Amino acid sequence: MKFFSDRLVLFACVVLSILSVLALFPSLFTYQNPYDLTQLFLQNSFQPPSYQFYLGTDEQGRDIFSAMLYGLRISLYVGIVSTVLSVLIGYTLGLVAGYYGGWIDTIIMRIADIQLTFPAILIALIIMALWGSGIEKVILAITIVSWVDYARVARGVVLLEKEKEYVQAVQALGMRSYRIIFTEILPNTTSPIIVIATLRVANAIILEATLSFLGLGVPVTEPSLGSLIANGYEVLFSGYWWVSFFPGVLLMILIVAINLIGDRMRDYMNPRLQR
Amino acid sequence: MSQSEVKLLEIKDISKVFTLKKGFFTKEKFYALHDVSLDIYKGKTIALVGESGCGKTTLGKVILGLYHATSGSIEYKGRDIAQQTPLQRGVLQKDIQMIFQDPYASLNPKKKIKTILEQPLKLYTTMTKEQREAKIFSVCEDVGIDKSYLHRYPHQFSGGQRQRIAIARAIILNPELIVADEPISALDVSIQAQIINLMVDLQKKYGMSLIFISHDISVVKYISDYVAVMYRGEIVEFASKKDLFANPSHPYTQLLFKSVPIL
Amino acid sequence: MALLEVNHLKTYFFTQDGIVKSVDDVSFSLQKGEILGIVGESGAGKSITGFSILGLLEEGGSVVDGTISFDGKDLRHLDPKGLQKIRGDKIAMIFQDPQTSLNPVLTIEQQLVEVIHYHRKGVSKKECYQQALTMLQRVGIREAKTRMKHYPHQLSGGMRQRVVIAMALLNKPKLLIADEPTTALDVTTQAQILYLMKELSVEFASSLIFITHDIAVVSQLCDTIAVMYAGKIVEYGTKEAILSNPLHPYTQGLIACVKKEQNSEHKLYQIDGVMPSLLALPKGCYFKERCPLADSECDSYPAQQERDGRIVFCHKVK
Repeated sequence: MKFFSDRLVLFACVVLSILSVLALFPSLFTYQNPYDLTQLFLQNSFQPPSYQFYLGTDEQGRDIFSAMLYGLRISLYVGIVSTVLSVLIGYTLGLVAGYYGGWIDTIIMRIADIQLTFPAILIALIIMALWGSGIEKVILAITIVSWVDYARVARGVVLLEKEKEYVQAVQALGMRSYRIIFTEILPNTTSPIIVIATLRVANAIILEATLSFLGLGVPVTEPSLGSLIANGYEVLFSGYWWVSFFPGVLLMILIVAINLIGDRMRDYMNPRLQR
Repeated sequence: MSQSEVKLLEIKDISKVFTLKKGFFTKEKFYALHDVSLDIYKGKTIALVGESGCGKTTLGKVILGLYHATSGSIEYKGRDIAQQTPLQRGVLQKDIQMIFQDPYASLNPKKKIKTILEQPLKLYTTMTKEQREAKIFSVCEDVGIDKSYLHRYPHQFSGGQRQRIAIARAIILNPELIVADEPISALDVSIQAQIINLMVDLQKKYGMSLIFISHDISVVKYISDYVAVMYRGEIVEFASKKDLFANPSHPYTQLLFKSVPIL
Repeated sequence: MALLEVNHLKTYFFTQDGIVKSVDDVSFSLQKGEILGIVGESGAGKSITGFSILGLLEEGGSVVDGTISFDGKDLRHLDPKGLQKIRGDKIAMIFQDPQTSLNPVLTIEQQLVEVIHYHRKGVSKKECYQQALTMLQRVGIREAKTRMKHYPHQLSGGMRQRVVIAMALLNKPKLLIADEPTTALDVTTQAQILYLMKELSVEFASSLIFITHDIAVVSQLCDTIAVMYAGKIVEYGTKEAILSNPLHPYTQGLIACVKKEQNSEHKLYQIDGVMPSLLALPKGCYFKERCPLADSECDSYPAQQERDGRIVFCHKVK
């Protein structure tokens, strides 16, 4: 498999696989469920890394290691779900806008432009104000912000492909437009979308972490990596460095791994670089 | 033209105008086709010759329904199809097929050859899977593509082979008329001869009419019965092949002959 | 002394599926002012030969053997900087598709001036402009002054190719390599461009290597012809010798394909089959599967023979 020829990427894939397993089955790796308040004892708060608590505890006596695994699960969940949703929405809208052109194209693209003027944080705030906080709201906010990229890219590729003769050939056969868009043109547009989606998962995770850091994200009782970092931020300079540090490192490893894979995906799909 | 020839398609005074935006408020009209009239006879080949931009491809696309004619009529089987899209033409469209110029772009790169050849059958016939397969095998034999290659993708074939596949796609519905838009221009000269010979053989076998579009007047000598020379959206000369090659009268036709590199 | 001497050139591509011998032991030479036509079907290795001379090979390909000697200099072992100096100055190349040879975001003026300025830093911008304008007029572009300010997409295909030719000739190169420059053009435009190239090569005393798949085109323009098949030269000699009496069956086939004076009732001559894939070359003569004269003798690769002013590789030539 040519894709894995770059050893760094192979390493990144291995790391990502390990993290996924950890996130999917955290109970296999740790006895403590940090969401279960009955398992927490305040006298264990702010313990440094030890044999009992691998990476220390936070102010509630939560084992950082366990909290990280559950937090990782939330981060991946939010990242993947929001990316999948924004791809579905953005890709479809982009294909339709590009193929039909005219006022459909204008409307969709103007909505996209308006969308872009709002930073993610602002949109999250608006949603939170209207509908309260929670994981679904975070996913919604990230989706709303992200779909535009896919729409733009899809539209661009469709504009190019539309002029090609294989499209004219099926038009001449009387194939209906929606069939042409989704069965003929779509397969030729997937490369850039896959690349962008892969990289965007990382973006989504960072966005969620940012929102949680600001207190706008997931609820305090089910912390994601972002909330954990935020949590420990206040006590960072009081000497309890482990509370922020380890979740931060894990987040960084996750993002770097995804980005490495995304970069490799982009080079792999570039027809000019292939032999 | 003798009385025994049957008219298949009657093209009358077709004009095609494109409006181009020149500035913010100004638009310019561009006449790609200007009052073009032509009769296509059953089983005969008309060559449409001219330089890029003369309108020959546009005329082909209007006949196919990929462009609407701005004015004029195209009579086929009692109906005027000049302003109808392929969908609107319904079952009549199955009789008119096209072969495109670029063998690298006319086949969907993400589809297997078998799928590409099956599409016309699925859209216009009620054949069963086995019947379709049999028909596909039969046209592959006609055009010289081995059956075992059917599961391959276009990029695995050479230019000449891709054009054969495009021809197979065009004949699979047994059409009455095929519009071939510069089908050999993108091929090596040594392969051009193969493709022209193939097209002539197929025409003898199936008896369809052919509109052969080209910018090189020398390649149409073997294949055509009649020749129409186009310049800037109009037909400037029309004659039987014999007459035109023996005695080209319009100065533009003469220029086309002079431009052909001879050994 | 010859301007360009290519001896036993071998350019191989190392791919996942095996070694592709795109150019396999090719030798030819070019005198000052000579026009050589390299003819063959797609995949014969003619373009790769041109790229090898200038060191423009894609990743995975390299010149593995042979010598390329230009004006006494060994091009093969020249360092990248040295090659860069020669490209566009002493040796210029014209590519097949005028659409992609020109930078779409720069004006014609910018692209032409850059070519002069890069190689001759001492020339003032004003003088560069003047030279560019003169050349543009010389290649037959009307209203050259206006056209200088245009972008490539505002020009027709024929005009773009003229601009590309102008760009190639700006620094009065000693050698011009043209890779299928008229293939993408109409036959009427092609005729004009061929005429122009012949005129210019005489005027500037440039040698020209003209790569094409159409032997008829070559006959109009060239002094010598090299016919390539599957990476090897099969016939090489003067135009007169080859066209009046082609000896190799492939050359004969190519000529027969383009002879259009035939009776219109007869089928066109065609060479059956296709060139073998360079990954699956037959044992012996590469052309034997398509050759009307082939027999068991052809199971070994034919040796070089000299006959009437050309060299040819064929067992059937006695």
